[in-house]
Amino acid sequence: MNSIDRILEGQMLDETAWFEIGEFCAYLHVDRHWVVELVDAGVIEPRGPAPEAWSFPASALVRARATARLVNDLGVNLAGVALILDLIEERRQLERRLDELERLLER
Amino acid sequence: MRYKDYYQVMGVARDASQDEIKRAYRKLARKYHPDVSKEKDAEEKFKELQEAHEVLKDPEKRAAYDQLGADWRQGQDFRPPPDWGKGFEHSRGSGGAAPGEFSDFFSELFGQRSPFGGARGAGRASRGFSAAGQDHVARVEIDLEDAYRGGTRTIDLRSPEMTADGHVVVKPRTLRVSIPAGVTDGQQIRLAGQGSSGIGGGPAGDLFLEVMIRPHRLFKAEGRDVTLTLPVAPWEAALGETVAVPTLGGSVDMKLPAGARAGQKLRLRGRGLPGQPPGDQFVLLKIVLPPDSPRSRELFEQMQREVPFDPRAELGQ
Repeated sequence: MNSIDRILEGQMLDETAWFEIGEFCAYLHVDRHWVVELVDAGVIEPRGPAPEAWSFPASALVRARATARLVNDLGVNLAGVALILDLIEERRQLERRLDELERLLER
Repeated sequence: MRYKDYYQVMGVARDASQDEIKRAYRKLARKYHPDVSKEKDAEEKFKELQEAHEVLKDPEKRAAYDQLGADWRQGQDFRPPPDWGKGFEHSRGSGGAAPGEFSDFFSELFGQRSPFGGARGAGRASRGFSAAGQDHVARVEIDLEDAYRGGTRTIDLRSPEMTADGHVVVKPRTLRVSIPAGVTDGQQIRLAGQGSSGIGGGPAGDLFLEVMIRPHRLFKAEGRDVTLTLPVAPWEAALGETVAVPTLGGSVDMKLPAGARAGQKLRLRGRGLPGQPPGDQFVLLKIVLPPDSPRSRELFEQMQREVPFDPRAELGQ
């Protein structure tokens, strides 16, 4: 496999990275139908008027991936996944605020 | 190889009903699911749990496992009996989870080449998924300075690998990854083909590195913008002096506006994390008094006498 001497260059999935729906499906190894279901359930939000013209931000890739895991592993339905992912994001923001406040108190 | 006590992993008695096993799985899966869990070794625990569940949820596999006897202890050195799997009538392909994720113990007893092996990957994959290798997500913690400058990072991973004779072993793997300058907290970096190998010739999965930026002593990062709280003397703020301000790229001089207020936020454009466009650095002014001394006291007393000022005039008291 990889030796430690080789430095791997990755692809930055920042806010400038958008994926056409075909590309998006290829990344996830899924079919379009599943992506449409995700959009209908509010798990991810596309840009563009109709499925064939949709594109998705890199963050949707992360959410779709987590969705596949949560559906498979916990048996959650898509509405449940949307809720879980939103709550995880909220928890993350709260943790960050807590962390900042704790550091302010230490000073 | 080491014996795995699946009942212990799932926290159920050996005579637990299938319903109890299902409930235990659901409960522990919620606790240790890597996407949800805050437990430190959640990923490891979750894999163990999936492996245990894979065996115990299937009455045939469970019966075969039970035949090994109740005297084995978790982690004990183990060799499968020569007649393993004989006399069991089982439906091929009832298995599910990607065998690559599981222990030697599992792959020897229940894996592809075991009497329980069969069509694989069908159970785990949800609708629309092929038998490509699993994608992995790993977290990498970096300092804000690294996010600013970029650099390489060594990452230790434990990855399942298929040996030539079809067994699966978990191997430690070290990768050196280039972290691009301007990476932000929570951002992902995709390393194509660095996830699990595919099943049956399927393409390898990808490795997604999730970047976490450690809290910094001075700067608070939000996306590409950073904020610094800058202590200034009352006269620096009042007179609008030029002061040295630390930035991620080194110290810069900044001219304060005359009469600057505490809590005022000044912007150093483009001094945040690099990118298109680069982030800004915000400087939050904090006015601090000089340490108490006879001379400073004297000067404050002079101001008290000579400067007419009611800081609470607006409170209307």
